[in-house]
Amino acid sequence: MNSWKTKRQLDIERRYQTLVERFTPNHSLAMNIARAFLWGGAICTLGQCVSEIGKVYLGLDQAGTSAFTAIVMVFLGAFLTGIGQYDRIGKHAGAGSIVPITGFANSIVSAAMEFRREGLVLGIGARMFIIAGPVLVYGVGASVIVGLAAYVVSLF
Amino acid sequence: MMFVKAFVVGGLLCAIGELLILKTKLTPARILVGYVTGGVVLGALGVYKPLVEWAGAGATVPLTGFGYALAKGAMDGVAESGLLGAFTGGITATAGGVAAAIFFGYLCAVIFKPKTKT
Amino acid sequence: MSKRVGEGTVELTSRPWAAAWSSTAGKKEHKGPLGGSFDFTLDDDLLGQKTWELAEAAMLRDTAIRCLDKVGLKPEDADVLLSGDLINQIMAAHFCARELGIPMLGLYSACSTMSEALAVGGILADSGAVRRAVCAVSSHFSTAERQYRTPLEQGGQRPASAQWTVTGAGATLVCGRDWLPEGVKPAAALRYATIGRVVDYAVRDMANMGAVMAPAAADTLARHLLDVGRTADDYDEIITGDLGKVGRELMLELLKEKGVKVDPSRVWDCGANIFSPEQDTHAGGSGCGCSAAVLNGYVLGRFAKGEVRRAAFMATGALLNATSVLQGETIPGVAHLVVLERERG
Repeated sequence: MNSWKTKRQLDIERRYQTLVERFTPNHSLAMNIARAFLWGGAICTLGQCVSEIGKVYLGLDQAGTSAFTAIVMVFLGAFLTGIGQYDRIGKHAGAGSIVPITGFANSIVSAAMEFRREGLVLGIGARMFIIAGPVLVYGVGASVIVGLAAYVVSLF
Repeated sequence: MMFVKAFVVGGLLCAIGELLILKTKLTPARILVGYVTGGVVLGALGVYKPLVEWAGAGATVPLTGFGYALAKGAMDGVAESGLLGAFTGGITATAGGVAAAIFFGYLCAVIFKPKTKT
Repeated sequence: MSKRVGEGTVELTSRPWAAAWSSTAGKKEHKGPLGGSFDFTLDDDLLGQKTWELAEAAMLRDTAIRCLDKVGLKPEDADVLLSGDLINQIMAAHFCARELGIPMLGLYSACSTMSEALAVGGILADSGAVRRAVCAVSSHFSTAERQYRTPLEQGGQRPASAQWTVTGAGATLVCGRDWLPEGVKPAAALRYATIGRVVDYAVRDMANMGAVMAPAAADTLARHLLDVGRTADDYDEIITGDLGKVGRELMLELLKEKGVKVDPSRVWDCGANIFSPEQDTHAGGSGCGCSAAVLNGYVLGRFAKGEVRRAAFMATGALLNATSVLQGETIPGVAHLVVLERERG
């Protein structure tokens, strides 16, 4: 398919590339990183509060605490997405609201809401993981590899 | 003190993500995949565990923590039940969060409607 | 009869009329600098429909009906509907046509569909093949986001070069010389149509549509001026579609490289002007409804008042395809140009 490209076309493309870079604005780096830091830090601090509640008040063990924290944080992300606030946070926070597990929840819930109109099965059911699916594929896939490696190591 | 450490470590992990988005034009989906895979690798190498012990939720709430939990689960699974654990360990350790996301996602989709941005 | 001029321009020798025009815009667009020029503003951008897609189709239908209604015509008085939008398989246009019952040619050239429709409508009316053609085009923020980008409620930042898909529609009634409804004062006549080439300068960035379209825009404008033997100064205004702030600068730079002299103060972009900087859309508006609503509100309105006498309207389209982008292909662009002239008297 690239055979249509003459040398002249390739030259033009290269020169245009530099032109585009010159004219395309970028967001301020420092400002956005600072905001991501503050929002991300705040969300993680909230997570720490949830985890203390689980450990101290509910008397959960270590595995229980981490599951409790994950479930509560996912709920918060889902709820804020449902009432239409998470995207507004995301506009300011950038990666600060994408990287925490609340962002993982947001990507699932927003997709489920968006495709509700395509039906309960093929809409919500099939499209819920359009963004978060790869996270599970690579996360779980990698964990199986790690497990297999651990098993091989355990044999010796 | 734990709260301050959680804030700083969590904030830093997010700030690195923002830097990646702005500098490499990676989409959020790729950032998430990178973070979770990175967490699995760091967890397997034993690098992430000290961070979790030091910063608590600052290390577990970001998606690298999800990856760490997957890797830890798989390794614990192997220690407990051998080869089978390599397959069951990761998902077992993270089942709470994933099931919650599916459940609340479905609930929200039925209750709420997406709104146009202004 | 239509006549070929130069390499790729059609002269519409009978000069068919742009007889009626109507525009619809969403709330955010209404709050922008051109807000007062749209005929109709949507209170609810779902228009009481079940889905965003049906809402866009309803908006397009209502805009076409309002356009005909302005000159006392009914859908059956039009011979052809030339229509397109951004939804896959131009769904809004087809669903609008399903209700109007006008024989329809579906058009797609992304955000340059408005000028494509005027070009086709002008040629058909000029040749006598049709008496009256309705050219109607729309886009909707919420249908475009879910198809090309992310779910509405997903949190994240838009890059500084990103543009905001306009919720809006525009319709123009093009009439052959002898088919102007009685007592109607047309805004302008269609004089030339330059059909755009698909140009690809290997841009991959989905968040920089201005950069995708600028080479096509520069190509079409340069070819047009050469074909008709005019300079840019022969036009009161050169109106581009949705290059946005980034694309406009790039087009002017490319024209300079081509040796085409253009006075930047005569060139303005619908996308760069439809929103104010405070509305935080970054590089401006986009979508076929952007240039369609601005043409059929602000531009033809000023033609009717005699404030503009001769303008080149060049809507620009980024031929983005969700599949090809995933497959690593670059994004081609296209720009069609039509010349609108107001006759003396």
